Amino acid sequence: MEYRNIWTMAETHEGRLKDVSYELLSRGRALADKLEEHLVSVVIGNDVDKEQINELILRGADKVLVVESENLNDFIVENYSNLVVDLIQKRKPNIILAAATANGRTFMPHVAMRLHTGLTADCTELDIEKETKNLLQTRPAIGGNILATIKTPNHRPQMATVRPKSSKPLETDESRTGEVEIIEFDESLVDGRVKKLASEYSKDSGLNIHGADIVVAGGKGMKKGENFAILKELADKLGGVIGASRDAVDRGWAVYPQQVGLSGKTVTPKLYIAVGISGAIQHLAGMKTSEIIISINIDPEAEIFKVSDFGIVGDLFEVVPLLNKKLQEEVK
Amino acid sequence: MNIIIPIKQVPETSNVKMDPETGTMIREGVESIINPLDLYAIEIGIQLKEEHGGKVTVITMGPPKAEKALKEAIAMGCDDGILISDRKFAGSDTWSTAYVLGEAIKKIGNYDLILAGERATDGDTGQVGPNIAAYLNLTLGTYISRIDEVTSDSIVVERLLEEGYEKLQMPLPSLITVVKEISYPRLPTLRGKQKARMTDLPLLTASDMELEEELLGLNGSPTRVVKIESPKVTRGGTIITAKDEDMLEESVDKLIEFLKSKEII
Repeated sequence: MEYRNIWTMAETHEGRLKDVSYELLSRGRALADKLEEHLVSVVIGNDVDKEQINELILRGADKVLVVESENLNDFIVENYSNLVVDLIQKRKPNIILAAATANGRTFMPHVAMRLHTGLTADCTELDIEKETKNLLQTRPAIGGNILATIKTPNHRPQMATVRPKSSKPLETDESRTGEVEIIEFDESLVDGRVKKLASEYSKDSGLNIHGADIVVAGGKGMKKGENFAILKELADKLGGVIGASRDAVDRGWAVYPQQVGLSGKTVTPKLYIAVGISGAIQHLAGMKTSEIIISINIDPEAEIFKVSDFGIVGDLFEVVPLLNKKLQEEVK
Repeated sequence: MNIIIPIKQVPETSNVKMDPETGTMIREGVESIINPLDLYAIEIGIQLKEEHGGKVTVITMGPPKAEKALKEAIAMGCDDGILISDRKFAGSDTWSTAYVLGEAIKKIGNYDLILAGERATDGDTGQVGPNIAAYLNLTLGTYISRIDEVTSDSIVVERLLEEGYEKLQMPLPSLITVVKEISYPRLPTLRGKQKARMTDLPLLTASDMELEEELLGLNGSPTRVVKIESPKVTRGGTIITAKDEDMLEESVDKLIEFLKSKEII
């Protein structure tokens, strides 16, 4: 059997599909059209919202494979990997895309190793090579200093994880139709060695800087933790969340899940506002692919201004409160 | 508790310079260091050994000069280091690297836990840890931020993901990859440095392990690099200096206009 079709691995959390599931479809759609192959979204979870599953079709999928089981309620990598390997061996997809999230970056290398195929991590661009029809996968490396384009010429499937927020979901098209196939989950695929004992998911998504469209980040220039209150006010007004530089996290002004940069998270929001952040190369690595970057810093020589679309050289303790005040007036 | 920690030697990226002609990294004069994210694995490994006994073995696959990284880890408090080096390994991608490291770990044997950094700061893939676990059929925990409990045959860990934390109970042996939050790496001591100097580092080459030749190095790697570019970083945006009160007012007004033009507000 020939390897055909593009699969995108939808990501579920507590029975809901995460936004990135739809972002992957817009990537997959472009590839499927170029190759004239089908786009299939694979949903793994338990009791997943039916309307959302249908939305996968409206947003680009030709077909959806749904695998549900109580045993798939929790992300246990061994179970996911067993299941995905089994599906791949039976159906032979040509390309598999998953989100470059904590879970995607865990099960994809597990699967790729077992199938002896290539996997490219955290891609920001995908294309098809004209002559060979191979998938071209482009990703930043060495702290974002280079962009490497990688392919898997002789192994199948071709696998990639894709940076969340690096593409937009397609608009829903109510005229689209497609099949939803329910796949019986073979309980023998449950590994059972690892158990999830508990979880502590933050109620507000404030710590989920990966999933946010707007990140307002503070650095050493904030001077103390209490001062993050003005950033919180700004983030709330714009509908964003708080991020931080390594300096701010190491000083205890913010927590590690908020850290942006080489030893923290890489984010690609629509808008990144850097406040009191000088822009060390390690920080830039985590945010320079943001769509729009705004920075506020007292030092006109700060590196952050070079990567900014808009910058204010000034005292953040004057600029941010005034900005908050004026934004308040705008709302009125 | 016997622990094996695969580490990587990487260029000190804060000083990285790119060749504007070729778009490749200028490696000359760039210092090589232990991947900063591996230091958290080394630290927690040493802490586990101090609490539960056993020993910590660091391993690295790389050129002979990667010995320095092993010596540094021993200076911090690891017991042994093994260099896995062979010209045949050159050009390995994550698959081939994990294959060799997996076989090396098999050869070393007698371990309870494999600890790895979340990813290396040069390649940035975070794949080799999960790859090794898959290859050795070891249970895998990634992005581990805390170790809550260790018994003779299990470990309870906290895993950091986008939505928060999860608590996992894993059997031993397992492989876990750790994030910065798990520990604060210690500095090497003078005594540690002396010990590192005295410690012999055994060398594992391809012929010391049971490896299939066609799975090694560039030939054994499923992926190929097609091209490398230096992305344009500078955006040349509008920068306004708020040097007095009027300019402050104006700069904030302009910023609001900018936000409107981008349909943020």
